[in-house]
Amino acid sequence: MADADNSEAIAAAFADGPAFVPYLVAGDPDESASTAYVEALDRGGADVIELGLPFSEPIAEGSTIQEALVRSLDAGMTPDRFFAFAEGLDVDAALVCMTYYNLVYQYGSGEARSASNASGDAASTGPRPFVERAAAAGIEGLVVPDLPAEEADPLREACDEFGLDLVFIVAPTTRGDRLDRIMANVSGYVYVQARLGTTGARDDVSDQTTASLGRLREYDVPKAVGFGISTGDHAERIVAGGADGVIVGSALVDVVAEGASEDLPTAEVADRLEALARELKEGAERGYRSRTETVESA
Amino acid sequence: MSETDTRTTEETARRPGRERGREDGKFGRYGGQYVPEALMPAISELTDAYERYVLDNEDGFVDEFRERLADFGGRPTPLQRADRLSERYDRDVYLKREDLLHGGAHKLNNALGQVLLAKYMGKERIIAETGAGQHGTATAMAAAHLDMPCTVYMGERDINRQRPNVFRMKLNGSEVKPVTTGRGTLKEAISETMRDWAETVEDTHYVIGSIVGPHPFPVMVRDFQAIISEEAREQAIEKTGGLPTDVVACAGGGSNTMGTFAEFVDDESVALRAVEAGGSTLEVDEEAGVAPNSASLYAGDEGVLHGARTKLLQDSDGQIMESHSISSGLDYAGVGPELAYLVDEGRVEPVAVDDDAALEGFHRLSSTEGIIPALETAHAFGFLEEHHEELGERVVVNVSGRGDKDLDAAIEETDKRDVDGAPDMSMFTGGI
Repeated sequence: MADADNSEAIAAAFADGPAFVPYLVAGDPDESASTAYVEALDRGGADVIELGLPFSEPIAEGSTIQEALVRSLDAGMTPDRFFAFAEGLDVDAALVCMTYYNLVYQYGSGEARSASNASGDAASTGPRPFVERAAAAGIEGLVVPDLPAEEADPLREACDEFGLDLVFIVAPTTRGDRLDRIMANVSGYVYVQARLGTTGARDDVSDQTTASLGRLREYDVPKAVGFGISTGDHAERIVAGGADGVIVGSALVDVVAEGASEDLPTAEVADRLEALARELKEGAERGYRSRTETVESA
Repeated sequence: MSETDTRTTEETARRPGRERGREDGKFGRYGGQYVPEALMPAISELTDAYERYVLDNEDGFVDEFRERLADFGGRPTPLQRADRLSERYDRDVYLKREDLLHGGAHKLNNALGQVLLAKYMGKERIIAETGAGQHGTATAMAAAHLDMPCTVYMGERDINRQRPNVFRMKLNGSEVKPVTTGRGTLKEAISETMRDWAETVEDTHYVIGSIVGPHPFPVMVRDFQAIISEEAREQAIEKTGGLPTDVVACAGGGSNTMGTFAEFVDDESVALRAVEAGGSTLEVDEEAGVAPNSASLYAGDEGVLHGARTKLLQDSDGQIMESHSISSGLDYAGVGPELAYLVDEGRVEPVAVDDDAALEGFHRLSSTEGIIPALETAHAFGFLEEHHEELGERVVVNVSGRGDKDLDAAIEETDKRDVDGAPDMSMFTGGI
């Protein structure tokens, strides 16, 4: 692992029992409602909250999250507003930013281009300004799904400099040297993709998860499983199967989407999110207890 | 006899002029593999297959590819002297006639290569995306030819603009899936196809239609398209006794551009000019997130999109802009990383031609030479009209595709303007 202790808050979230890691798109459907929704997840038991910063071409996302990203973009979300949004949240959970590399890479490029035009040099910013601003906004980690470990050195260095964790996704198809390379770069937790494909709630839990967790057993970093988890029962089975945490996105974004399409009061949507968060958190805890009891009885 | 005639298939595949990017997918600061982890194993598998079959001709892949290009595709395409244009511009203008390739565009070179490669790899299904429909059509033809099931993603807006190509794809047995996200154009179709691939990588090959995307696509597509410049270089030497002074090709994603330039890059006496779609203006409306052009080489900035670091039309936050061109085939906010690199190195000159000049080019080539070009290609002839005095004595222009698919758009756009040389249709009241 690169530096598994970058963020103490994320390490703490996985230290005592299973971590519940919900995801919402920041600013979906607008910043005011979104603030209430993220804080509702925190009340519902979130240990880490992944906040989506929307990119116009989200190739790793399924339709549910893509539409949420579009709602947020249409409401005016930008990286600067995202950081202000994160600063304004009243939550105990650690915050992780999930976005695409072009936004990380371009942040601050306007100033850099002006300077480079004046000096005649090529504009080159890199990820450092984004990470510095994220750290100042209280972000504890980053997930960048289109940035493979091979291209991640500049971002890894910036994250180490500012004390952020860099979370990588491991797919069911990741094996051998690639797995080693990713695990050499990961910090905070590894995002275990439960099945092939893009994000999106499913009705079952993939068998691919068990195999993925088996391959990761030897690596000493928390394993959080995401993609397709939508109920407390799913969370229970995932954690009972050996996961250290569960990541839930689309099932929660669905609640926000329904609120937006049916024009429901913010408080009502927030209550639903809090209730679903609690169900997922409790499911994860049941899974953890059953695993512990199994170990003790053995 | 040209110097290339004595080379073996293996030597041709390994030509030094095409070494750029083969090692690690990097062209200077451009290129790379920026994709979700789920796709990385498929990309590693494809890289391995590219090296074995395309570079090393394992199992006779290159021989079969060349044979099918000849028999099914109709290669070689001619290098034709354009007599009227030569007279008009007072220099020799030669046309590389990719419009005469089966399907009516250069796209078949790449589609046939990739579908055949998928077959060699043991894949069972083909997916592709298409903008103007030419790549989708070429892929559908290649898939039917090689008996592979094929699904093509196409933006809903492009479907409405290019109905004949949709019909052609379906005629060839492909499924056409409309993409409704965003503005419903090529970049949304690419994203949607990548999502399909992420779910089906184990038995599916994604035929990317240009020199864009993660490594090895930019080098592999260039190698399949380099047959254009390989032939053009030999034909120019045979017909004129020497190399051309200038080679001109239109540029969207850049596959016909790089295919036309590849064999000339090391010939430093040959000027290479990539003609981009200047749209209605090169100005950008950052607030609306719209670039009314598709000139990413000319007006773009470095960024990461669809798997590669390259030049992009983007706002200062890094959000990708909606691009525009009269030609849906050029309507893309990015460009191949190798072209971005060659522009930075000063080897390729990017130029932009606006919608009006492209439409005039469309009519000019049709009326003077009897060749109705694709609207993509027409940009190159718009450039020729505006800049011929800057060119040398022997110019090769790639006619990347024929214009049958664009007739509806050409009629509509011509009606909006007073186009020099356009046919007067006012006496035909019944409509066409």
